[in-house]
Amino acid sequence: MNLTIFSGPPSSGKTSVILKTIDAFRKQGKKVGVVKFDCLYTDDDLLYEKAGVPVKKGLSGGLCPDHFFASNIEGVVKWGVREGVDLLVSESAGLCNRCSPYLADVKGVCVIDNLSGINTPKKIGPMLKSADIVVITKGDIVSQAEREVFAARVSAVNPRALVMHVNGLSGQGAYELSTLIYRGDSDIQSVQGMKLRFPMPAAMCSYCLGETRIGESYQLGNSKKMNWE
Amino acid sequence: MIDRLTIAQVLESYPFARDFLDQNRLNVSGSEHLTFAEFLKRIDADEIEDQALRIETLQDDLNRYIEQILDFLGVEESGAVRSLTILPGHDKDKTPETFERLDIYRSQIVSIVGPTGSGKSRLLADIEWAAQRDTPTGRAILINGENPDPKWRYSSNNKLVAQLSQNMNFVMDLSVGEFIEMHAESRMIGNRAEIKAKILAEANRLAGESFLASAPVTSLSGGQSRALMIADTAILSASPIVLIDEIENAGIDRRKALDLLVSQDKIVLMATHDPLLALLADRRIVIQNGGIRKVVETRAEEKALLLEFNQIDAVMQEARRKLRAGERLGEVDGKIGLRFPADDRRFA
Ligand SMILES: Nc1nc2c(ncn2[C@@H]2O[C@H](COP(=O)(O)OP(=O)(O)O)[C@@H](O)[C@H]2O)c(=O)[nH]1
Ligand SMILES: Nc1ncnc2c1ncn2[C@@H]1O[C@H](COP(=O)(O)OP(=O)(O)O)[C@@H](O)[C@H]1O
Ligand SMILES: [Mg+2]
Ligand SMILES: [Mg+2]
Repeated sequence: MNLTIFSGPPSSGKTSVILKTIDAFRKQGKKVGVVKFDCLYTDDDLLYEKAGVPVKKGLSGGLCPDHFFASNIEGVVKWGVREGVDLLVSESAGLCNRCSPYLADVKGVCVIDNLSGINTPKKIGPMLKSADIVVITKGDIVSQAEREVFAARVSAVNPRALVMHVNGLSGQGAYELSTLIYRGDSDIQSVQGMKLRFPMPAAMCSYCLGETRIGESYQLGNSKKMNWE
Repeated sequence: MIDRLTIAQVLESYPFARDFLDQNRLNVSGSEHLTFAEFLKRIDADEIEDQALRIETLQDDLNRYIEQILDFLGVEESGAVRSLTILPGHDKDKTPETFERLDIYRSQIVSIVGPTGSGKSRLLADIEWAAQRDTPTGRAILINGENPDPKWRYSSNNKLVAQLSQNMNFVMDLSVGEFIEMHAESRMIGNRAEIKAKILAEANRLAGESFLASAPVTSLSGGQSRALMIADTAILSASPIVLIDEIENAGIDRRKALDLLVSQDKIVLMATHDPLLALLADRRIVIQNGGIRKVVETRAEEKALLLEFNQIDAVMQEARRKLRAGERLGEVDGKIGLRFPADDRRFA
């Protein structure tokens, strides 16, 4: 089974791009399954279901969704293997731009959109910087100049990635993306022992542990103060 | 080799490396006497975690970035793409296409016609992706008569194709002048003031109502926005091929727009059903059921027809203008040929 991890800011077009790419895979006779990770709520599973795609969802609720991802991805892979899919796609929304769900030996795709503003590449951390493929969406609503500037900035923060445009509505570019994702010689049965590409923040503070009161005396562990000088 | 230079030397030899440092939020001021590797070594663990830096790849990233930009600037100078060739594939039923090969050179315009769903956008996508018999059509694309360099697919600075889309709005909050500067900067263009003036002048020639460099791009009318996008793409886009997918009624002088693209040595391909545009092309590709059925040259008598079509179009546009201005229409408004712009005679 092939495995690909999609990540990207909310509403950047991940689901749209994945659905169009699945269309292209189907024409090539390949079966695709999807697992959607989110924090509190998602409707995406319904969209995938409607398209006839086997889908599972995982809501992290009180946990950081990226940590939740790391603790559940093995179960997800087992599910994909049981379903007999040729390609398993995981979709997760990067929520604070700090972390990334990519695994070292698994293809990682970051989806960002032209509308998010040209300073966005600078703001997003490892989710963008350590992706293998960066897909830029919503090119249909901006000018050629904006597309070129945005893509140039993406390349400056991640010169090793392949940067391409896909239109999440028309599907333009989705076939091409499908050829980059699937490798005939890749067969993943388990991700046990694989490593995250980038470590999640190690810090724990009082508020991670359930503290609700504001004030110096309640703050144990890691606390970090803004500089007022 | 870049590894041995100090940051000051890197910035002197490759001034654009400043963008890399800036986009990666690396503050090198005070550390210019160090090599980049030494600078990275001195960043402490807290800051690495805080800034979520991937220290171990940054040196390699910088080297790659510099290499990519140098490659890009080199391509600029040598004017890499002189011709585009389409080699036949097959239609949706796998019936082979019968044309032998189709060569398109700089400054040529080719239109693509065929019913909805016939495969016009797919052909444009084959070109954009420099297809190597690895798309649903089985076609192959050659650049300068040879198999294309993989960079046309994989490097974001070297895209074969610029696209003029249906969209007529900008999403950025910039003035026209700032907008052009931003684009010129990302293209590492030196003579920005000159380029800016040129784009503004051309955009104003295409648009009905004129506008200034100080106007916010979001305040431009649909026609003005489109005129700016076309002038900017013609003059500043690095891509040698311009694709136009179904732009009807753009609210600008479309013939002048195509003239401008051609004057900048672009290869222009447009999917269109509009006779005013399709007949402006030197050739048209006829698509049916996913395959190229034939390629026809635009004949002189068709070009002559264009003259009449333009007259009809002028009549319709003038009537539209009058209605908008609250005027009444009379018999004279239906008379073809009265208000015809003199310079279109060249098609006669
Ligand atoms: N115009 C345009 N809209 C898009 C494109 N891709 C996605 N969208 C729209 O953007 C919205 C968010 O897309 P979705 O796929 O749900 O994003 P996700 O949250 O990243 O999965 C939806 O309304 C999509 O229809 C695109 O390329 N162009
Ligand atoms: N030669 C071909 N073989 C298989 N599928 C094709 C071929 N040409 C086009 N298609 C598919 O047919 C559909 C319609 O094509 P499209 O290019 O969108 O048409 P148009 O732009 O003319 O309306 C697309 O899904 C496209 O991928
Ligand atoms: Mg989604
Ligand atoms: Mg189309």
